[in-house]
Amino acid sequence: MTSSGATGTMRLQRVEPLPLAGAEQQALREVWGQTLVELAADYPELVVLDGDLANSTRADIFAAAVPDRFFEMGIAEQNMVGVAAGMATLGFAPWLSTFAAFMANRATDQVRIVVAQPHLNVKMCGGYTGILTGKTGKTHQSVEDIAIFRAMPGVVTLAPADGVELRSAMRAMMETPGPMYLRVTRDPSPVIFPDNYTFQIGPGVLLRDGGEVGLIGTGVQTVRVLEAADMLAGERIAASVLHLPTLKPIDADAIVTLAERTGRIVTAEDHSIIGGLGSAVAEVLGERRPTPMRRIGLRDVYGESAPNDYLLEAYGISAGHVAAAAREMIQES
Amino acid sequence: MTAVETRPSLDDLRRMSVQARKLIVQAIYHAGAGHLGGPLSAADILVALYFDQMNVDPTNPDWPERDRFILSKGHSSIALYTVLAMRGYFPVEELNTFDAAHSRLQGHPDMHALPGLEMSTGSLGQGLSPGLGMALGAKVRGYPFRTWVMLGDGEIQEGQIWEAVFTAARYRLDNVTAILDYNGLPQFGWPQAGGFTRETPIDDPGAKFRAFGWHVIECDGHDQTSIREAFDAARVFTDQPTCVVAHTVKGQGVSFMEGDFNWHAKVPSDEQLAEALAELDAQLAAIADVEAA
Repeated sequence: MTSSGATGTMRLQRVEPLPLAGAEQQALREVWGQTLVELAADYPELVVLDGDLANSTRADIFAAAVPDRFFEMGIAEQNMVGVAAGMATLGFAPWLSTFAAFMANRATDQVRIVVAQPHLNVKMCGGYTGILTGKTGKTHQSVEDIAIFRAMPGVVTLAPADGVELRSAMRAMMETPGPMYLRVTRDPSPVIFPDNYTFQIGPGVLLRDGGEVGLIGTGVQTVRVLEAADMLAGERIAASVLHLPTLKPIDADAIVTLAERTGRIVTAEDHSIIGGLGSAVAEVLGERRPTPMRRIGLRDVYGESAPNDYLLEAYGISAGHVAAAAREMIQES
Repeated sequence: MTAVETRPSLDDLRRMSVQARKLIVQAIYHAGAGHLGGPLSAADILVALYFDQMNVDPTNPDWPERDRFILSKGHSSIALYTVLAMRGYFPVEELNTFDAAHSRLQGHPDMHALPGLEMSTGSLGQGLSPGLGMALGAKVRGYPFRTWVMLGDGEIQEGQIWEAVFTAARYRLDNVTAILDYNGLPQFGWPQAGGFTRETPIDDPGAKFRAFGWHVIECDGHDQTSIREAFDAARVFTDQPTCVVAHTVKGQGVSFMEGDFNWHAKVPSDEQLAEALAELDAQLAAIADVEAA
């Protein structure tokens, strides 16, 4: 299903996504818990440390299946990070289970000192990323986690789009030593990748190929970017869709290639536009190929507790917002 | 089982402690930066650990079953570097590179920079948690090693310490020993009527560890007899983690530094260096006299 190259200057990993209509729905957290169990069989060094949220993050699936490698650390995330670092020095590969807000914000200094600086093999997972977190409100939503981890030298930062990509990404995380942060989401979302898709740390994935505007998504927001591309196609606007599941190291060549091909870039993320995907893309283009762009994401605000549909509209991150930004750019030029 | 087949005499330990203090004062003078008060309060304990207690092999620093030591109060790094050098992990002359560009002896310990360092520390309150991870991992793997973590009494104001203290008791990690360098002097202190108090940051820390489910032993952190008794007891205690509350004096061994918070991080002048070394040489001579008698 993966093929290299495309038209003209495009030389990107190309994957044809599954149709959105009638797509299977999977909650990434469920896949995360199940995949940990699968990986445990292949990787005896894998252990899971939980901050008393296992039945929310779905680390409880692992706890039930592999109880002797599950360690409850209680509501004490800072200590949990330190314990993981200590275990990593013995050759364990600890995976951490908590919400993204606590992983990124509560234990930032612990990650900095005992994980990022010594570059230890700790897999930091943030469940409940973004603002679609089950009506928890701003305290439990996470709109700065990409910015925080991306700023830490040496920390690989990942945001898979669906359950298939998440499962493959988790295996890649086990195959590659070093500190990593993984974004996981709470609610069911469409499966867009075919079963035979293989995730690689780093490369972007071209999901649609169109010359008028380049849409870039990360995480499950890429699904809404595909919806936006479909809306634009209905208006005879040809949009490319580039999915960047790796926020760091960012696939700068793919971004530049897309900018060269389309001349217009729209980024979309379930995160603040400050420090996240939009910033990362702007950094690349600013240095290598200045290109007009729009960033779709939270505009320097925190969220609130409300239903998902309301949040997507109120905070301007729906598929419609992505399509509107692309439309405006085309009309302006 | 101890590291060394034949344990050093208490006078050997005393002599090495004074020698460590001389090297510490010289290194800080040479670097023109660093901390002195805390390293001097920790010197006897570190000598006891590396020469009398810990099961380590400097020629094979990555040996999986070695005892682990974490200096949670990472700003006392020069004391740890000094004792590691004396123990044979690297040349003593390298102490003169402390804090210099490209030195393996970073201002705060970098676990990948220098053999013998088990964890990077420096941001206070963080060293006990990795110690628990090592102890927990040892239990899982069936390794017999012990993990020792030295805490400063100032840094136990950090909340993470008490997260770790709670968790260690919960997992009954009897293979971890916390050593509290209870020198009683923080860098700045707490405001109170009439000015600032430099009194101990946390009163009766032993009672607090005990309340969290730890076994607590108090000792004189400058008396090798007392230290040996405490650490020997800690090594054989089972079913609970042990905290050794070592009563110490900041700046111990140099009279004009002792108990003076100004020497937390201060570089001695030429005259002060000479005076400090003369005092320490006198202490070495006194140990020799006792032995000769």
